[in-house]
Amino acid sequence: MSTPENQVPELPSSTKLIMTLATVAMISGLLVVMVYEFTKPIIAENQRLATERAIFKVLPLAKKRLTYVVDQDKLVLADDKTVGELIYAGYDKHNNLVGVAINAAAQGYQDIVKILYGYNQDNSCIIGFDVLKSTETPGFGTKITTDEGFLANFKCLDAQLNVPQSALANAITTVRHGTKKHAWQIDAISGSTITSNAVGRMLNKSAQKLLPVVVKNLNLLKQGQQ
Amino acid sequence: MTQANKKETPLTLDVFTAGIWKENPVFVMMLGLCPVLAVTNSVLNSLAMGIASIFVLVCSNALVSALRNFIPKQVRITTYIIIIATFVTLVDYIIQAVSLDLYNRLGAFIQLIVVNCLILGRAEAYASKNSFTKSVVSALGMGLGFTLALVMLGGVRELLGAGQLLGYQVFSTQFEPWVVMILPPGGFIVLGCWLLLINYLEQRKTSKLILRDKAASHDQLPSESFS
Repeated sequence: MSTPENQVPELPSSTKLIMTLATVAMISGLLVVMVYEFTKPIIAENQRLATERAIFKVLPLAKKRLTYVVDQDKLVLADDKTVGELIYAGYDKHNNLVGVAINAAAQGYQDIVKILYGYNQDNSCIIGFDVLKSTETPGFGTKITTDEGFLANFKCLDAQLNVPQSALANAITTVRHGTKKHAWQIDAISGSTITSNAVGRMLNKSAQKLLPVVVKNLNLLKQGQQ
Repeated sequence: MTQANKKETPLTLDVFTAGIWKENPVFVMMLGLCPVLAVTNSVLNSLAMGIASIFVLVCSNALVSALRNFIPKQVRITTYIIIIATFVTLVDYIIQAVSLDLYNRLGAFIQLIVVNCLILGRAEAYASKNSFTKSVVSALGMGLGFTLALVMLGGVRELLGAGQLLGYQVFSTQFEPWVVMILPPGGFIVLGCWLLLINYLEQRKTSKLILRDKAASHDQLPSESFS
């Protein structure tokens, strides 16, 4: 005779299981979209402020700056809300161009790493960078902003253009820690090679594409708003 | 069939306080140790991670408890993970809106709150079997206990590893920081030391209680004659 303990529990139907998952997923989706829409303008403003701080960090001699947007091989004066590839020109108090700040991004260990780097047109060097967005592992990938050896790469990272001024003369590459031989190479951080490589890749990709445009439009940049 | 409704014990203060110390998720239950070791290199990071975890823990436990009679047992884990992942996504957006700098400092560990076993464990072991109020109160206690543990580790590591607390210089500039304290080995060392201290204090407390009980029962026994 079957006792209550011996009875097999009744399984719910597949429809009920699917409906439960679908309902929970819908509630989740609704919550995520609501919070996303609410925080989107706040996050955009935070990113704008972070970019502003980064521009003056990578161009330490700059006292003011102008925004330009890339239009094929030309630069056009723009503002921060312009959609497109933006370049920021920094000027000292005498309105002399001290350099340009350019965005770059590449896949890091966890997610896309976004930086802003400074380029000095007088010595054709990349003179520094600041991280705008990163979700790299704390203590590992985050070392790119604190490791003194890595930051020393950017005192003057060679970014000279080739003779036709259509691309870099030498591609910027990240090399194994301690094996840097040339000024266009980046000595990786031991233990954070993925993020170090990401920095090299993004600088090379951005510089190959945008530095020829910057150099071609130097007269416009030097004029500023004069 | 959904989770059976067993007769629940009433809500007491112990439901809240248990998670803070007696059943502390880090020092007693040893749950969620990955973020504990990774982000406790400063008090600010510890606080931020703790607050984010409290939010996810409370909200996910609340929703799991509210839906406990509607979620079939066969899909409960999948449902809990969807719910937890939703609140982690919300925390991700909220932290970006509050401070991008803090968001960059915490790195990938915000998203990794999804796989923090403390949160899924509480959803399965407690929220799915208890009322909404009890689940929220318990989650709050657990979250505070988790944050307390993070801050205890973060305080020691930042003080010894940088001579600072919350970014303010505590030791003089002549203090030579113990760099190992802000690196992963330092996390293990500090956690081990806290566990040693806490277990020692608990053992002493237990021994005193045993001695006291023995003394009390000895007093109650009738006097025996020895020949």
